[in-house]
Amino acid sequence: MTQRMTDCFAKLAQENRPAFVTYFMGGDPDFDTSVEIMKGLPAAGADVIELGMPFSDPMADGPSIQAAGLRALKGGHNLTKCFQMVRTFRETDNETPIVVMGYYNPIYQYGPEKFLSEAREAGIDGMIVVDLPPEMDEELCIPALKHDLNFIRLATPTTDEKRLPKVLSNTSGFVYYVSINGITGAAAPEPDEVAASVAHIKARTDLPICVGFGVRTAEQAASIGRAADGVVVGTAIVSTIADSLNDGAASDQTVDQALIIVSSIAEGVRSARR
Amino acid sequence: MSTQSPNSFKMGPDSEGQFGIFGGRFVAETLMPNILELDEAYKTAKKDPEFLSELEYLNKHYTGRPSPLYFAERLSAHLSGAKIYFKRDELNHTGSHKINNCLGQILLAKRMGKTRLIAETGAGQHGVAAATVAARFGYPCLVYMGSKDVVRQSPNVFRMKLLGAEIESVTAGAGTLKDAMNEALRDWVTNVEDTYYLIGTAAGPHPYPELVRDFQSVIGKEAREQIQEMEGRLPDMIIASVGGGSNAIGLFHPFLDDDGVQIVGVEAGGKGLDGEEHCASLTAGRPGVLHGNRTYLLQDPEGQINEGASISAGLDYPGIGPEHSWLKDTGRCEYVPIMDDEALEAFQLLCRLEGIIPALEPSHALAEVIKRAPQMDKDQIIIMNLCGRGDKDVHTVGEALGVEL
Repeated sequence: MTQRMTDCFAKLAQENRPAFVTYFMGGDPDFDTSVEIMKGLPAAGADVIELGMPFSDPMADGPSIQAAGLRALKGGHNLTKCFQMVRTFRETDNETPIVVMGYYNPIYQYGPEKFLSEAREAGIDGMIVVDLPPEMDEELCIPALKHDLNFIRLATPTTDEKRLPKVLSNTSGFVYYVSINGITGAAAPEPDEVAASVAHIKARTDLPICVGFGVRTAEQAASIGRAADGVVVGTAIVSTIADSLNDGAASDQTVDQALIIVSSIAEGVRSARR
Repeated sequence: MSTQSPNSFKMGPDSEGQFGIFGGRFVAETLMPNILELDEAYKTAKKDPEFLSELEYLNKHYTGRPSPLYFAERLSAHLSGAKIYFKRDELNHTGSHKINNCLGQILLAKRMGKTRLIAETGAGQHGVAAATVAARFGYPCLVYMGSKDVVRQSPNVFRMKLLGAEIESVTAGAGTLKDAMNEALRDWVTNVEDTYYLIGTAAGPHPYPELVRDFQSVIGKEAREQIQEMEGRLPDMIIASVGGGSNAIGLFHPFLDDDGVQIVGVEAGGKGLDGEEHCASLTAGRPGVLHGNRTYLLQDPEGQINEGASISAGLDYPGIGPEHSWLKDTGRCEYVPIMDDEALEAFQLLCRLEGIIPALEPSHALAEVIKRAPQMDKDQIIIMNLCGRGDKDVHTVGEALGVEL
């Protein structure tokens, strides 16, 4: 685990509250706006930042995140600019852990070694690469661990007893529990079922368990946060950004609206164990 | 690297589902248990005599196999070179080779206790074949089809509906096969417990490239026997069109270890390889990861996937089955592009010379035959896979020729 990640979860454990993990798409709708959003996230209540890396064919994402990715690509976003965003953010914040999230092909084309060393240098703490299951660990996961970067794995409702140890091996940072079978932004998860699944995984690892997919409101975040070590919210933020745009371009409301929704859901997360 | 024996091209994939560096299982964790379950189910099924005999029975009595191997006498005389044989898979029930794979996979779905089918389709040939086996086995079936393809292949859309399938028109991206496949994968991730994803080509995560190839290999096995019966020897060259590559791998695979047989795959060159309006992933793409496998892809320098373009909806895919990528890199097979206008010429020539209206997909292979046959001796033999009939394409061809229907 990177020091930032370790410190972050240690502090949260001390305060007895779950982490609020916020996902948004880098470069959506343009570089400057998304840097402004990113810089505002910690003050709005984000404990960990998940920074989306756009891909033309995001198989595990719903329509909102697909559209955000296409907007970012249209604006010329790419991995070089993703690293630039992180470097700019790190000029004023060297505490908040940053996890980049995306799909493997852009990384594969960039060159996995080059990607990892530049990511580490820019101040990234970990990555979630949706289409790299444990069977493909040699591609990026093992090299990432050698660069002291966290490789955060998704566990899902279909991850059974037999498979769980395989999913947990080589996972670091935290475990991302995908609360539903489906794509991002789909149906809301059932809090009791999520609590049972989280307990089940917790019995087999010391890593924090963060729960995402389908969590949209402060109330949902509060109920999920009672059992989980962290709550991930993405589509709600990405949709808010989309709604604030004028013909696909940022308006004077875009940054504010994004941070307002983050603040309001952060309230829910912070009230989870009160 | 792989565990391939250097003496055989027929051993792949390895235990990780890879052909050299190609193939693999690049999917979201939600799908992994399903993919592994399918792998297990297929491993058992392919050794089960009951499964194999049921498939053979259906191939014979439902599809009409074996398909004929036909000596195209007038075309051969016209080109005045090699003797040209067609493997007539366009005479199959449903009008293309796609049924070979669908029958195999529906039997697997049944064995696995799945109750719902989903499929993606480009030209609609696979969608029709999937809808057909769904009807035959009493399964509900949802077919994902790009919105652009829904328009240009409307007769097939209606056929699928008649067969009881539901069609989901996909507007994401350019509204073609790649987008339909994304959407089918999203459906599968959401309905992973009860749904069987019937992939139409020899691509996707392991074990799909292997099992689709095996079900399609009936084409090459039959052709190999038929040509020896008719000519007393193996052909000098075999040719097939490649989109995702299932008809081609079906013809090629049984011949891979026959040294004297030259193997040629024909990609859609669209309007030419200079621009972006083509689907020649092997000739003009480079290795990348999409839809569960590593393979040659049309992509920009940053790894974003480009849309393909071809007059033939069935070849309109930016990827290619991983085994073809490996066969290209090992040098065992050669892959060449054919342009839209060359395919159109070939289409018309076959109509007039042999009384066969081919689909636009094999018309690409035919255009390559037309180039190569005259360079060969009269006692040499070419087998081309005539993998689909052209009824579905008459509107497209009419439009291209400026004829109003």
